[in-house]
Amino acid sequence: MTAVRCVDLCKTYRQGDQDIKALDHVDLEIGRGGFVCLSAPSGGGKTTLLNAIGGLDIPDSGEIWIAGQRIDRLSKGDLAALRLREIGFVFQAYNLIPVLTARENVEFVMQVQGVAASERREKSQAMLEEVGLRGLEERRPAEMSGGQQQRVAVARAIVSRPALVLADEPTANLDSKTSDELMELFVELNQHHNTTFIIATHDQRVMAYANRLVKMLDGRIVDDIQQQAA
Amino acid sequence: MQYLHLIMTLAWRNLWRNHRRTIIMIAAISVGAWAMIFMTSLMRGMVNEMIRDGIRALPGHVQVHHPAYRDDPSVSNLVSMTSTEIDALLSGAGIDRFTARVRVPAIVSSERESRGVTLIGADPAQEVSVSAVGTKIVAGRNLEGPADGGIVIGRELAEKLETEVGKRIVLMSQDPENEVADRGYRVVGLFEATLPTQEEAFVFAGRKTVQDMLQIDDRVSEVAIAGDNYRAVDGLLAAVRDLMNDEDEVLPWTELDAYLGAMLGVMDGFVLVWVIVIFLALSFGLVNTLVMAVFERVREIGLMLALGMRPSSILGQIVIESVLLLVLGLAIGNALAFASVVPLRGGIDISAVAEGMEMFGAASVLYPEIETGDVILANIVVLTLGILASLSPAWRASRYEPVEAITKV
Repeated sequence: MTAVRCVDLCKTYRQGDQDIKALDHVDLEIGRGGFVCLSAPSGGGKTTLLNAIGGLDIPDSGEIWIAGQRIDRLSKGDLAALRLREIGFVFQAYNLIPVLTARENVEFVMQVQGVAASERREKSQAMLEEVGLRGLEERRPAEMSGGQQQRVAVARAIVSRPALVLADEPTANLDSKTSDELMELFVELNQHHNTTFIIATHDQRVMAYANRLVKMLDGRIVDDIQQQAA
Repeated sequence: MQYLHLIMTLAWRNLWRNHRRTIIMIAAISVGAWAMIFMTSLMRGMVNEMIRDGIRALPGHVQVHHPAYRDDPSVSNLVSMTSTEIDALLSGAGIDRFTARVRVPAIVSSERESRGVTLIGADPAQEVSVSAVGTKIVAGRNLEGPADGGIVIGRELAEKLETEVGKRIVLMSQDPENEVADRGYRVVGLFEATLPTQEEAFVFAGRKTVQDMLQIDDRVSEVAIAGDNYRAVDGLLAAVRDLMNDEDEVLPWTELDAYLGAMLGVMDGFVLVWVIVIFLALSFGLVNTLVMAVFERVREIGLMLALGMRPSSILGQIVIESVLLLVLGLAIGNALAFASVVPLRGGIDISAVAEGMEMFGAASVLYPEIETGDVILANIVVLTLGILASLSPAWRASRYEPVEAITKV
């Protein structure tokens, strides 16, 4: 079953007098349960593609399908609802809401979804334990390390069991040990919950965890490799 | 409900991220609210006192006259019924605070001076239920009944006439035949009034004595009736109109004393203008605070939008922050205003500017009055306009593109 399908995506940004092709006729199909890394040098188009798949950025042309639904023509409100229901996000930094505790950050998406308080608390507690943050539930982001914050973000991204998780440079601000722990967590979640992961990175060690590596350059897919995950 | 709880939590905690800015803003709103209510209470106290004094200075809330009396207050223009009939009619209708009086222009002469005055022929028992003028006796005694042969004059007038209690003075006016009607009276008492002009203008004698002097039998010039609330006299006015003959004119105090009536309307308008002017000064601080709060949180707002929060919820969050600021500021401001007014209820002595105040018909002691309507108006205006002022930054925040907001440096 197809989780994500991009057909002939194009996106051009204007920077000064120059037009920059962030996406240049991109075609991509990812099956349910896939664990895909998008790799590109800076400015290669991986974040733009990730944002387009997540409904955060609208392509100039082409089609984007998520779980059989075309999303590139949806309104802002419908896109917000789709993100809330179907997609979990992990950003590179500034991932958490500073005035909420770790538990409240994890509960945030569920609260917006309208999940009952008792169910939210139970799920967030279990999820924080799963990402190794037991005992830190009531800490605010400023009281946690970068790795712990990223784990909270991961817990928030997957707690409501989205079909798709999009992660943009999730290990960029982490040391190697914490990066490995986070990637092992992603792999575990991918295998246990059949969650589709698309991770934008230029970190070789992160790419090693993926079973598919999509390489981009100047907005185009230049290589698409199936590989044995580490 | 859960969504609202989340938005409230975010709004409340965001408010305290920058304690200093929030406290300064709350202090500004509190001082503004205090100024609105406290200053209004002073003005309201002064105007209410002026109106009450004005009403207590003879007119009452409703008056009955001959239609021509106000243009020509002579004995030719008397109320169509006798005072005995009026007493029976009003008492029978359950109206107990009224006075039927003779009120004509007259000349008063002592052995040294003469002055023009208004001669009031009244039943002192009735008069005291409606009017305050002439009731505060500072020398001698008050009139003892309608047939009392003495006269009570103001302290100022006594000085001008160079007379005193026990001496005789002569009152001269006209009878219905346009003949001179005069009579000697012994000064039995001196009264003190709120305004010195009242002490010079009025002299009080027994109604029966004055009726005999003017040869008008049991007729009177006016009937003054007092109700419970000077702001609501329509019911009393209608009841009196039903009771009196059609040929008599029945008018409320607002028409009898147009200046006082206009003061009431002007004061209500002043309160609204005053509240809005103070709010306008406050609104710059409020909008600045919210704009800064939004500007500092662009990334977070982008993150919340990216995670699926609707733009309307972002707007709601900023508006709720504004409401929380306003409610806290108003609560403190209201408390401060009440705390400031309570110790001053005994009156503020402004005798240093008494002469100027007298020109407006105001007394030299100011009694601040907090009216519920003024407090509600101030709070509603601040809350409503505050919410409107916060809509602009809130709208901007809700319009952010998540992908641009998240990457904002």
